[in-house]
Amino acid sequence: MTPFVTSLLGVVPAAAVVASLNWHTLFFLLFAALACGFAVAVAAADNIVRMALYLILSLGATAGLFFLAGAEFVGAMQLMIYVGGTLVLLVFGVMLTAQSPFVSMRSSAGDRVLAGVAAVALLAVLLQAAFSVESWRRPASGVVDQPAATPLGMALVGLRVDEPSAGAPVDAVRSGYLLPFEIVSIHLLVVLVGAAYLARAKRRKTPRSIEVVASVEPPASVAEHAAIGRDAGRRGSSVLTGGGA
Amino acid sequence: MIGNFVQPCLAGLLSDPVSVTHYLVVGAILFVSGVACMAMKRNALGVLMGIELVLNGANVNFVAFASPWLQGAGARSLGLDGQVIALFVILLAAAEAAVALAITLNFYNNHSTVDIDRADDLKG
Amino acid sequence: MVDFLITTVGLPPWLAWTAAAGLAAFLILNVIAGGALVFIWAERKIAARIQDRLGPTRTGGRFGWLQSLADGIKLLAKEDLMPEGADPLLFRIAPYVSFCASFCAFIALPFAFDFVGLRLNVAVFFVIAVLGLEVFGVILAGYASASKWSLFGAMREAAQVVSYEVPLGMCVVVPVMLAGSMDLVTIGEKQAGWFTNWFLFHDPFTFVIFWVYVTCAVASVNRAPFDLAEAESELVAGFHTEYSGLRWSFFFMAEYGSMFLVSALAAVLFMGGWNGPIPVAALLGLSEGTGDTAGYFVRLLGMVNLLGKATLGVLIMMWIRWTLPRLRIDQVMTTCLKYCTPIAAAMFAGAMLWQLALPGGLVAGLSRPSAHVREGWLQESGHGPAAALADPAGDMAGMGGSR
Repeated sequence: MTPFVTSLLGVVPAAAVVASLNWHTLFFLLFAALACGFAVAVAAADNIVRMALYLILSLGATAGLFFLAGAEFVGAMQLMIYVGGTLVLLVFGVMLTAQSPFVSMRSSAGDRVLAGVAAVALLAVLLQAAFSVESWRRPASGVVDQPAATPLGMALVGLRVDEPSAGAPVDAVRSGYLLPFEIVSIHLLVVLVGAAYLARAKRRKTPRSIEVVASVEPPASVAEHAAIGRDAGRRGSSVLTGGGA
Repeated sequence: MIGNFVQPCLAGLLSDPVSVTHYLVVGAILFVSGVACMAMKRNALGVLMGIELVLNGANVNFVAFASPWLQGAGARSLGLDGQVIALFVILLAAAEAAVALAITLNFYNNHSTVDIDRADDLKG
Repeated sequence: MVDFLITTVGLPPWLAWTAAAGLAAFLILNVIAGGALVFIWAERKIAARIQDRLGPTRTGGRFGWLQSLADGIKLLAKEDLMPEGADPLLFRIAPYVSFCASFCAFIALPFAFDFVGLRLNVAVFFVIAVLGLEVFGVILAGYASASKWSLFGAMREAAQVVSYEVPLGMCVVVPVMLAGSMDLVTIGEKQAGWFTNWFLFHDPFTFVIFWVYVTCAVASVNRAPFDLAEAESELVAGFHTEYSGLRWSFFFMAEYGSMFLVSALAAVLFMGGWNGPIPVAALLGLSEGTGDTAGYFVRLLGMVNLLGKATLGVLIMMWIRWTLPRLRIDQVMTTCLKYCTPIAAAMFAGAMLWQLALPGGLVAGLSRPSAHVREGWLQESGHGPAAALADPAGDMAGMGGSR
């Protein structure tokens, strides 16, 4: 069997190239190309729905990069919170405001040129920095063999099992992430309440602080659209019909 | 000079192991795309997407610095700290997106547009 | 399998890895496509019986078992229409986005001990996260179709799926907490033995949260009574109103694939995975952990077990679909936010306290091996953290793992 396979390798010259490939690198390049390509596409596209699609693909490919870097938990969280939660919310917002004049808003040529110049300059600086440190360019090994999820979970409850120096209990608690974790959770709760307050259905008796531009449909908010089925024909459709046009 | 710079990058593109620099380049491109997006989009949601890209570019860098096998033997990686910071960035980005979206929808309700150039009520 | 290909067959490593990956992908694809064929036929028969009809009887002999294959051939030959105002790119890729999400989630699902496409140590989150991406296909389809019905369906789907991911995530965390791992293989292993070891019967809280999981799972895969995205009586066919032919069938395969996936996930998380109610293999003295023929035979039996449990779950979903009336969208949201989420949160807290007080489960320590620290890196003697952990480990049972 083996001589047969090797003779097959000789026949196909490309196979020798394939055999010398580093698969980790190859998959990295694949995901990196997807992430970068779609990120540039987000910046270049004019249609807001296309932009949302490109953003989803770009961030999904970034999750693949996280998996390849051995940060499996962060990658799964990127998929779950970022792509599955935040971006669905964003797409939801896009759909709510996707009336025909806003679907394609072309930026002016001056803006484009200015943004392009700034972007190229910034990119040059960042790339220069990225290539400047020697030890960043010579990896020790490409092997990913460390279970990251459990130490990460322990660090979030305040125990650093990955760093032997943090051995003493008091020290371990101090060097863990229990406090930031709690702060972030409180922060999320506050944000949840705040967002719900901002996007709540307005009652008539509530005076509006900002002057309403005349000759438009009555405002429809997220909370009402969550209940589209209830008043579909009356109010929801007025906003939604523009989306398909 | 540019040849000197590019040549070593492309020589072992497919066979060299991945290093921190690879990730930094990806992070830089994501970041720059995001900045360009924020600078030139007129749609408020487009600006929001630019912010997401910028945060993600930063996250790529954190994750890259967190993994010890992407760096040289002598260098000290961020270890778990980098991953935890990336995690917090994801969480805070979710919070930021929720609030920004609520503001955008409120703006849309009151002005029936999402063009940020028209958000000039407070201009003196 | 890769070792087998390299050492026995003599393939070079790159070809062995590619072959192994291709075979795994091929098998998973077959599970989805073959499963869809069988389940669509089963759905038609069950629907017919519940409505006092016969269902398909002619195609393929006695029970009409070739009906879905005939339907598939018909769909292949059907004209592929696209509405005039549609966004061509988005309209074309939407079904494949849905199908890919459903397919990718199968990668981390174990079919038996170690029969898994890729053993991830965050498998549970991976499955839930990737399954959540299916909603993008639906949203894109709804937007790109340039039809009011489709857009309404897509908006409902977006609201529903994002909301239901919250209680679903809480339900999933409870078995993770009991097993002390997010690896689905490890979670399945922890439930080996008699059916009393299943996490379903671990304590009253897990029993309740299992039913919350069932509700949320049905809602998250858009099956009746939560199929607001394609409510036939209101929205024509919802998000796939404008689809026909092969693209439409991809939506269908994605739906049945997800149904099977959430059922299999329920089986692994709560109902022992590939472990049967009675540990036949263990009583006979066979072990699934060995690499010999007996080991593989036991794993094969385990796979039959898991497929049986998942199929049972799918059949129950069909039973629910043809029995209960569809909810209104506000009722769907109420179910999620006012019932499922608080119940799941309370049960999560309860399970945590129970784990703290009675770590052995309902039948305390009768059949479960006593506590041990699983990860090798914690056990290394002389290693600083292990010593630090030894003390807190006792009273941190709820957080650190099953002790």
